[in-house]
Amino acid sequence: MTAFVCMLTIFVLAIFVGYEVITKVPPVLHTPLMSGSNAISGITLVGAIISAGSQHTTLTTVLGFSAVVFATINVVGGFLVTHRMLEMFKKKNES
Amino acid sequence: MSPAFVNICYLGASVLFVVGLKHLSHPRTALRGNLYGAMGMLVAVAVTLLNRRIISFEMIIAGFVLGAAVGAILATKIQMTAMPQLVGLFNGFGGGASVLVAGSAFITAMALSETVSSQFTVATVASGLIGAVTFWGSLVAFGKLQGIVPQKPLRYPGEQVVKSILLIGALAAATWIVLEPSSIHFYWYLVAVASVLGIFLVMPIGGADMPVVITLLNSYSGLAACATGFVLNNNMLIIAGSLVGASGVILTRIMCKAMNRSLANVLFGGFGAVEEAGEAEEEIYAGKVKSTSAEEVAMLLDTARRVVIVPGYGMAAAQAQHAVRDLFNFLESKGIEVEFGIHPVAGRMPGHMNVLLAEADIPYEKLKEMDEINPSFEQTDVTIVLGANDVVNPSARNDPNSPIAGMPVLDVDKSRTVVVIKRSLSPGFAGIPNPLFAADNTLMLFGDGKKTGQELLAALKES
Repeated sequence: MTAFVCMLTIFVLAIFVGYEVITKVPPVLHTPLMSGSNAISGITLVGAIISAGSQHTTLTTVLGFSAVVFATINVVGGFLVTHRMLEMFKKKNES
Repeated sequence: MSPAFVNICYLGASVLFVVGLKHLSHPRTALRGNLYGAMGMLVAVAVTLLNRRIISFEMIIAGFVLGAAVGAILATKIQMTAMPQLVGLFNGFGGGASVLVAGSAFITAMALSETVSSQFTVATVASGLIGAVTFWGSLVAFGKLQGIVPQKPLRYPGEQVVKSILLIGALAAATWIVLEPSSIHFYWYLVAVASVLGIFLVMPIGGADMPVVITLLNSYSGLAACATGFVLNNNMLIIAGSLVGASGVILTRIMCKAMNRSLANVLFGGFGAVEEAGEAEEEIYAGKVKSTSAEEVAMLLDTARRVVIVPGYGMAAAQAQHAVRDLFNFLESKGIEVEFGIHPVAGRMPGHMNVLLAEADIPYEKLKEMDEINPSFEQTDVTIVLGANDVVNPSARNDPNSPIAGMPVLDVDKSRTVVVIKRSLSPGFAGIPNPLFAADNTLMLFGDGKKTGQELLAALKES
């Protein structure tokens, strides 16, 4: 139970941190914010890796493998496309 | 590898996520912020690969290669105008991964021990439910934005009843699992019902309400990751998930506020008064709409000192952002002050117009938010409205009976002359006529956004 309360504490505090950080993002950057935060939500990848690698049963391995594919698309695609967009915002600023 | 070391690395990754998002507060630092985020992910994955429970790496590597290839191809090939559907699709994959991870963890846990904690089961069903809704909802949103699924809101009698039954069914399966964790197969029933629910939730929502759907699903994909964190007892997942969840909720609220509608209205209501529009349209437009030519507008622009361009979804649909850039550069070179007025819900996702204009090399200082640009319309000689409709409709201000009454709009009608570039007089998403088109100071320049923009530039160069 203590572990749960501890996680709940982290959860609630993280929401406050998220709120404070995200409200500072200007509307100009809302699309990169969405794609970037989206890439971060691919963090389930760490759970997928363990599931795909622990070879508990064939079923869990298959589930894990599919989860790794999904999450990796999310992570790699998300960070790359955000990078592409932000570079467009940057290059004009330098000149 | 000691658990303490792993957890400290996870903490480091979490800090990198927070710092990365913090750097998104300015276009100058945003690129670095994204790299911090990616670095955090790299740390998290690297440490996880050292986990003792992993006996074989074949499946992991195969998954990495396949996923990275698909992700990289999608991310590099996609047109900037198609960004909303891509983000929607990525959202869906995140949600789908949560479903699979939670399901796999559930099976493993039940095989290893007879009893599992209620925290575990509640978190598992939450991952399954939210993840499946996110996955299928996002696929439908993707289909709508891509034009595979009809954009029109699909409404039918008893719609709310059907959705309620599906939700109750999903919750019933979820409750059963919590009370009786040994019935693992119920998890897949839950996922199946939640999948149908996800489809039915998004199908009735129209194309122009997609910004809200995408932001909401973004927040769901975060919450699903969070729930998976509670399943796996992993603090980093909880932190990362809640950051994303908060981000999605904040953006959803901004979008709803910009449309002056509640979230419930967007999800379950929608605009219904379309039938009456016909007659009112005749009355408003009859004999008052003035059509113009590119040459005439060029003459107007020639003598203007301040020009504001208001883009809408039409600019994205016509891929007109580069034509707009050429126009912008030419006007600036003539010493005319040019700015862009951007409504929060212009386009199909938050910030959609900004990304397109940034792609076309328009400096972001020129992109003004609604509250910032509105007071300046009175000093504006020419406002060019390009493919926007409802967000410049003065009825929102003047007509308390209008379906969009009270919605904050760009006050383009206050500028000396308004030029509306549009293919026809057809109504926007709200299905209502726009008195702006018939106003005394409005000229309609009918045509495709890109072609008309190019013609305008040609006419300007000649004059």
